[in-house]
Order: sequence, then C-alpha cells, then structure tokens
Amino acid sequence: MNGPLLSVEGLTKRFSRNGETVTAVDDVSFRIQPGETLALAGPSGSGKSTVARLVLRLIEPDAGTIAFEGNDWLALRGAALRAARARLQMVFQDPLAAFNPRATVARVLDDPLRIHAVAPRSKRPRRIAELLERVGLEPSLARRAIHEISGGQRQRVAIARAIATKPSLIVLDEAVSALDVSVRAQIVELLLDLQRKEKIAYLFIAHDLGLVRAVAHRVVLLDRGRIAEQGDARKIIDAPQSAIGKALVAAAPKLHRTGQGAP
Amino acid sequence: MPLVSIRGLTVTYEGGEAAHKGRPLPALTETDLDIAAGERLAVIGESGSGKSTLALAIAGLLPASATIEGKIEWPGLRRGPAHGRDIGFVFQDPAASLDPVLTIGEQVAEVARTHLGLGWKEAYARAADLLGRVRLPDPRRALAAYPHQLSGGQKQRVCIAAAIAAGPKLLIADEATSALDTIVQAEIVTLLRRLTEEDGMTLLFISHDIALAAGLADRIAVFRHGRAVEIGPAAQVIEAPRHAYTRALLDAHIGLDAAPLVARTAGTAR
Repeated sequence: MNGPLLSVEGLTKRFSRNGETVTAVDDVSFRIQPGETLALAGPSGSGKSTVARLVLRLIEPDAGTIAFEGNDWLALRGAALRAARARLQMVFQDPLAAFNPRATVARVLDDPLRIHAVAPRSKRPRRIAELLERVGLEPSLARRAIHEISGGQRQRVAIARAIATKPSLIVLDEAVSALDVSVRAQIVELLLDLQRKEKIAYLFIAHDLGLVRAVAHRVVLLDRGRIAEQGDARKIIDAPQSAIGKALVAAAPKLHRTGQGAP
Repeated sequence: MPLVSIRGLTVTYEGGEAAHKGRPLPALTETDLDIAAGERLAVIGESGSGKSTLALAIAGLLPASATIEGKIEWPGLRRGPAHGRDIGFVFQDPAASLDPVLTIGEQVAEVARTHLGLGWKEAYARAADLLGRVRLPDPRRALAAYPHQLSGGQKQRVCIAAAIAAGPKLLIADEATSALDTIVQAEIVTLLRRLTEEDGMTLLFISHDIALAAGLADRIAVFRHGRAVEIGPAAQVIEAPRHAYTRALLDAHIGLDAAPLVARTAGTAR
C-alpha cells in the first residue's frame, strides 16, 4: 500500500443535549502514515476522544470521510468490516473497565485470536504465551484473573490483545495516563519497541504535552472540536502558534522553577 | 511549634494486602512528620505509598476498621482539632463530593452554618463571598445552580469554597487536580497557592505528580510503600535528591524539555 494509512477528511460530529446541538468534532482532517505516531491533544471537551471513537467506528459521523488502508472505512460492512477491524485496534485508559474482571488473561487473549481466526484452537495456547512474552509478561500469568493482576500488568494485557490480530494502527486513548510514573515509562518503552519492530502506527490521545512531545512524530491540537494547529510535534510544542497551544504549554507542570512564570 | 506533629504513625487496614504469616501489611509504617503552621507541604508517592492514608489519618477520616498506632498531635491548636472546622478536605472527584440534589449555595452555606453558627442569611452571604474568592464566575447566580450545571473545574472550585468556609487552619488537597485537564489543573494550583497565602492557611498537597508539587510546595515529602523516604525543601528535593527512589521519580518525569524517544520522522530510526 502506498500513501497514508489513515486519511480523515472533514470529520464532523454533532450531539444534541437538552435540545441544544453541540458540534463536538468540527471539520477535522488529518493523515497518519504507516509506522507513525500522531498525537491528538487538547483540553477536556476539545473532542479528542470523540475523534477516537469516530475513527474506531464506535459512533458514526454526521459528515466527513475516513479512508483506512486505502478503503472507504465508513462504507465497510459485514465480513469486510470484521477483517479490517483486526487491523485497527485500541487500548483505553482503564483496562479494568475494558475487560470482564473475572475473565482470565488467557480468555481475554483467546477472544481476538478466535474471532478473527488468527490461529486454530490447537495453536492458540502457544500464541497466547508468545503474546504475553512479547509484552514483557510471564506466560504463567495466563491463568490469572484480570482483577488479580496489577494495573500495569493489565495495560500490558490490553496491549497484547490489541496486537494479537497484527494491526497496522492502534488507537491509544489516554492509555498511559492513569499509570504510576515508573510503570508508565515501561509501558511507553514497550509501545515504542512494538512500533519499531512491527511498524505499527499510533493515534495517541493524551493531555500530557511532555509525553506527546517525546513520543509523537506529529501532533494535532484540538480546541472545542476544531483543529487549532497541526504539524511536527516538537516544533509545535516548542513554539505553539495557537492560543490553545500556548495555554497548554504554559499549564504543563514543570520540575524546575526557573522560567515557570507562575502568577 | 508545628501545627501538626505526627510520631510513629502506623495504619493497618483490616483485610488489607497480606504480608507473610497472614498478618496484613500496614498502609503506613512508623511515620514521623511535622507540618509547620503556614507552610505548603506536598506529599508525593505512587499507588500504595500511603499518601492518601496519611491525609485521611490527619483529617480523622479513616474507616473504623483501620488500626491506628502512634500519635497525631496539634501543638499549634493547643487542643484537639474540630474536624470540618479546623481541617478542610478537598477530594479528587468533585462530582462525588457534592450532593447532586442540593444547590451550590446550600452546600457551601451549610458548612458556615454548622461550624460558625451563622443563620442561613449570613451563611448564604458568606457562601457568595467564598464563591467569589475561588473565582467562580457570577457567584450570586452560582448559589442557585446545581452541581451538574458546572464543569469539572468549577465543581472543584465549589469544593474548595466549602472546604475553607469555616476558616480551617489546615487545608488538605488529596489528588484534588488529578481528574482535571492540564489547563484547569494549573488554575486550581494557582488558586490553592493564593488562598493559602491570603489566609495564612497551611496546605497539605497530596499528589502523584512531583512536577506539580515542585511548582507549589515549600517542602516535599516523598513516600514509598508506606514510609517517607525523603523530606526536604522543595528546591533541594528536586535539584539534589538524596534518595534513589526520588531520583527515579524525577527521571521518570517526561517534561517539555525531555529528550525525544522517537526520531523526527516515522521510520527513520530503522
């Protein structure tokens, strides 16, 4: 495939609340190249999670087009949609909410292998062990229940589930935000290692601009549903031009007091 | 003379994480800590560090099933603290802290009525003043609003107004900005700094974010596994940490000046 992996043009989504129409996503366009990390950043209510849900087709847009791997993603139905879903996966902020807490790790990883017919039943235990090793977990963890393992281990399992179907794009919606800093660094390293070795692209949704600047190639800054600016992550965060970009950079917690400019 | 003096504080939760031989592991172990009157002290730690247990113990909010050993004394008060009056507490989730069926005015005025013995009329006047002090837009109108009509940041401002309504000596903010986005978080931190300065209030700021603490606190205490590993002036803890764990926390912080972890264009690292 040549050209962008994901191409979003004029994406628009309106919600109506108490008889009032709110445009949550307003004419948003961006592209993601194979193996690239594009970050979506912005304050609460800027529309970043709605964009994620639209890209995942958890909700349908009011206007706009999405092309994924060269196909009209919004027109796919049935078996073609199921096949394409294997290539576009997701990891959310809270893995406990994303899983049945009493399911075993093996069950959570068996589901995508079975549903997407990645491996026949006889080969699946071996494949589950490989997936666990790939995300830095002991294969013996497969027997444990989701509620028994730590938050960091759970997020590794969520990543293992996401990569089980060999995706080309993973949507990471605040996937490392709720983790302790020391665990977060390890999960970020795992994600970058997967990207380097398997050329996975990420749509990386985060409010932490320091993290975005370190891990993303490009960034889209959203403000009240609209794109305020987009481009090279380091260029934009080092010298934002938009009002929201400047506000986000000014508000980011800084370790050193020099130049903090606190009122 | 410190406002609060903590000696040998050990807190164990019934049914808490089991240590070997079936005895539950304390959430907080033999902690000594002085909180000076008027200072801003940040307590930093990851999950399971005991930082929230410390906050709840000082506020007298631990569940009845918790076993508490050691002493928490209030030499700065010369008497035991009246909870709610001498200690204000701001929790992480403002939506869960406010009653959804009561107006903002009722909830803030009730604190002033209960602890200062004001009538409803005076209590409402004080509530309006407080909502102005926490920079809620249009405080008079906000008195009649319900929590669901406010944003997350506005709700947290209301919680802060209620927490300071009785003029407490100590304000405890337990991850009070963690659920808010970066811009609102910075506004709330600025508000906490201003309120504590204006009223000479003491602030205990509990957070997982050492960078956030660096910008607000006079002193930082770093907790791990229920023990304080390092306590010192904020500048010293940040610039010259003495404990390896503090250094690890600082190294894990990815700031705006951190070295990038990816090449500038996708794929060029291959």
